[in-house]
Amino acid sequence: MIAAPAYLTPFAGLLCAIVLYAVAGVIAGVLRGGALRIVYPVAIVAALIAIACDLAALMSQGDFAHVLPIGLPGTGLRLRLDTLSAFFGLIVNIGVLAAAIYGLGLDPAHDLSGRIEPFFAIFVAAMNAVLIADDAFAFLFFWEVMSLMSWALVVANHESPENRKAGQVYLLMAAIGTAALLFAFGGLAGTAGGYSFEAMRAAAKTPLVSTLVLTAVLIGAGSKAGIAPLHAWLPLAHPAAPSHVSALMSGVMTKVAIYGLIRVVFDLLGAPVWWWALPFLLLGAATAVLGLLYAVLDGDLKRVLAYSTVENIGIIFVALGMALAFKAEGLNAAAAVALAAALLHAINHSWFKSLLFLGAGAVLHATGRRDLDGLGGLIHTMPKTAALFLAGTMSICALPPFNGFISEWLLFQSVLAGPGFPEPVLRFLSPAVGAMLALAAALAAACFVRAFGIVFLGRARSPAASAAHEAPRVQIAAMGLLAALCLFGGLFASALVALIEPLLVKFAGVALPGAGTGPTPFALVAFDPKRATYDALTIGIFLIVSGTLTTLVVHRISNRRTRRGPAWDCGFPNASPITQYSGSSFSQPLRRVYGAFAFGARDNVDMPAPGDMRAAHFSVTMRDPVWQCLHAAPARAVFGLARRLNRFQFLTIRSYLVFMFSALIVLLLVAAVWF
Amino acid sequence: MRDTIILLAGQFAQMMLVLLIAPLITGIIRRVKARFMRRKGAPVWQPYVDLSKLLRKESVIAENASWLFRSAPYAVFAFAWVAAALVPSFAAGLMFNWAADVVALVALLGAGRAILALAGMDIGTSFGGIGSSREMMIATLAEPALLLVFLTLALMAGSTRLPEIAGHFISTPPTVRISLALALVAFVIVALAENARIPVDNPATHLELTMVHEAMVLEYSGRHLAMIEFAAQLKIVTYLALIACLFVPWGMAPANAGPFAWFAGLLAWASKLCLGAVLLGAWEVSIAKMRVFRLPDFLGIAFVFAFLAILMAFVTRAVL
Repeated sequence: MIAAPAYLTPFAGLLCAIVLYAVAGVIAGVLRGGALRIVYPVAIVAALIAIACDLAALMSQGDFAHVLPIGLPGTGLRLRLDTLSAFFGLIVNIGVLAAAIYGLGLDPAHDLSGRIEPFFAIFVAAMNAVLIADDAFAFLFFWEVMSLMSWALVVANHESPENRKAGQVYLLMAAIGTAALLFAFGGLAGTAGGYSFEAMRAAAKTPLVSTLVLTAVLIGAGSKAGIAPLHAWLPLAHPAAPSHVSALMSGVMTKVAIYGLIRVVFDLLGAPVWWWALPFLLLGAATAVLGLLYAVLDGDLKRVLAYSTVENIGIIFVALGMALAFKAEGLNAAAAVALAAALLHAINHSWFKSLLFLGAGAVLHATGRRDLDGLGGLIHTMPKTAALFLAGTMSICALPPFNGFISEWLLFQSVLAGPGFPEPVLRFLSPAVGAMLALAAALAAACFVRAFGIVFLGRARSPAASAAHEAPRVQIAAMGLLAALCLFGGLFASALVALIEPLLVKFAGVALPGAGTGPTPFALVAFDPKRATYDALTIGIFLIVSGTLTTLVVHRISNRRTRRGPAWDCGFPNASPITQYSGSSFSQPLRRVYGAFAFGARDNVDMPAPGDMRAAHFSVTMRDPVWQCLHAAPARAVFGLARRLNRFQFLTIRSYLVFMFSALIVLLLVAAVWF
Repeated sequence: MRDTIILLAGQFAQMMLVLLIAPLITGIIRRVKARFMRRKGAPVWQPYVDLSKLLRKESVIAENASWLFRSAPYAVFAFAWVAAALVPSFAAGLMFNWAADVVALVALLGAGRAILALAGMDIGTSFGGIGSSREMMIATLAEPALLLVFLTLALMAGSTRLPEIAGHFISTPPTVRISLALALVAFVIVALAENARIPVDNPATHLELTMVHEAMVLEYSGRHLAMIEFAAQLKIVTYLALIACLFVPWGMAPANAGPFAWFAGLLAWASKLCLGAVLLGAWEVSIAKMRVFRLPDFLGIAFVFAFLAILMAFVTRAVL
């Protein structure tokens, strides 16, 4: 056994991986041509190194800090790999690994090659770098690089006007978000101006400063994560990027934003006050329901996935809010349960959302379409993709034995600890939040039954859909990796809980109460084994055994003959695939029940009177209140103001001189009066 | 070791028991309905005969049915069976009662529903689509209400585990509690909706545009249909057993009580189930089916009641 040299720390390995990503990106960007092909293989190697380093750092609970002599003059670049960075690094790099494997299967001649690879590599390098930044400058710098690279990926296919609009909105929101973060760090640094995170942690904050920082970081990191009402850019930008980049943006980049939020609110801002939880709980619950209502009514596969990201971010926000509230009220055990829910949902969501986006990418590649109503029947032509997408669907609907259910279970357990709040506001709020979460969970099932059913089941609704072909083998492998992780995370959740234990101890004060005291080592326990247990492994084995047993017995005792015939359909099967339920007809009951309230949805039926020969018309009108109030109205105001001010651009020199002279007089007068 | 074997045997007995009793309960419901309508009605064991007949028939499936369509009946059945086996019946604290708490039970029932809804869309007929779409719409209202009812009871009992909840209500003297009453009303509404009973859906119709569950399974025949019908019967047993376990748990044997106490528990359980079946039959003949778009109001009542129940439980600072 040879002792590892002292410099071979996880931190060094991670730095190597980041450099590897960045160098591959730069080389590919400069040389182009054949050099573009190196990006994905190098990214796979770098991701494997990074995953190993993050895991090592997390398990050894290491805290590695270094100051590199680059960056701002005189301060250098502070980097630190602690358990929080390592955990989120794990999320990022597993996502990158899957996306890069999927990227191997892209056709270099057709898939916008050259406009993706260099940016892809630098994008993932920047995400990793944000996580290990240990001062405000480094954090903001890498955050900006991450935003810009992802913007470049969003507009990679810039021929489409939709994508250009998405890019514009995204750039604007990213700029506002970074400005808000700059403001937040300014507040944290205080008058002393210490921009390292250590100085910020130590600096005293008045309640006013804390409030301002909280608001600013909610705007800055919240908008990047996609919290309502700052989510409007997300369903435009995420689907516009190539699918494996969509997977990274939705599955991974939103988690980097969550990391920023946790870093500032749980770490830098100091001891929490109970009302800090309010914006998290209120915004999170509203986002969860609203995001799904958008998703269930939308007709574009990738946009449905993006809206569902908004929903999942809402769930993470609620979990973080519960954790904050419990921590502020000194209920550490409950805080640990809520924080475990937040962290596990972050990693679980990164797995199943990446899986679903890669599946959507395979569908898009095979058919050229992503509108639900142009697809259908793909389970016959793309059986493997369909099976893997189904695994993702089960996970995202929080159905056992997959992983999505684990975080939901933990979150409901933490809601049940709500009566312990001494603060009446929180005590009243927690059942309301629980009800919203329950509604969101049920809506998620409807949304993804619709998405999977319309795209993969039934009959093909377009020639493109019937001519689809299975995805290349590497892409199936990438999806298979994520699906396996979803199942693993569901069955062996206790392993993941053990992995995040140092984080729970650090931020909630205690490990998950009752962990490891269950009837079996794999059982998940919240608080106390008498109070709440869930053992996915037993349930999973139980399900498989009873399912297999039933199948065997039924095949033994029943008439095993199977005949294929035309569909029954109550005796009147219609040959045309148009008569099937489409995406919009599937969501029609939901539109009537929820859409009328949330979006003012109205069905306009124009039915000619009997004898009248003109065609009947049906249309649906909906308005998006968030877009209209928060985006369209300010945009109108800005443009209106600009048009009015525009007159000043075309004046004679004489008038400009008059303006300057009067401005000078006014300034002098003001100065004279003031002093 | 001996305890483990006994518990395992008890669990196995329960799994077989729910299978045996499920068609009988459906038979009783149908018989009661027939008697109320002044018809003679089929004997109570008719569902057994129906199932065995379906098993003996060949299965005709549509030309474009995929693997999902063929495997869904078994998956739906497995989920229904496991859910039914997890609800404490004649005894609390059987082998696997701890494996899934109330939250997990909601998810297991939801999984069966989602798979059936997908199977309904597989052939690509408009009937399958209408059934799946409406089933999921109803679920978006019923499932949150169900979860809130469960959470309310969990708050009162200080545990989300079914045996603990039942044990709590057995050990505390029976008192009238408003939140418990609200929860019961909400639960009954949800149970009607989830089992496709009148007034939400009519299990006896075909060829009617308002049908929900029957429209989803329209393309099934032979052994596949047998599995789906059996799963539906198991689901009724699950919900009746849940009412018996959560709202009237008296008579249930405690954990580790051994076979003799189990026998007494078994009698109590079976009579509670039969009583539930009779009440359901009587309810179904005394009310008409609702239009589909009045359902949100009906299920909304369940949601609001369940929310009020949990709110009260929070305000009174229940044990948890």
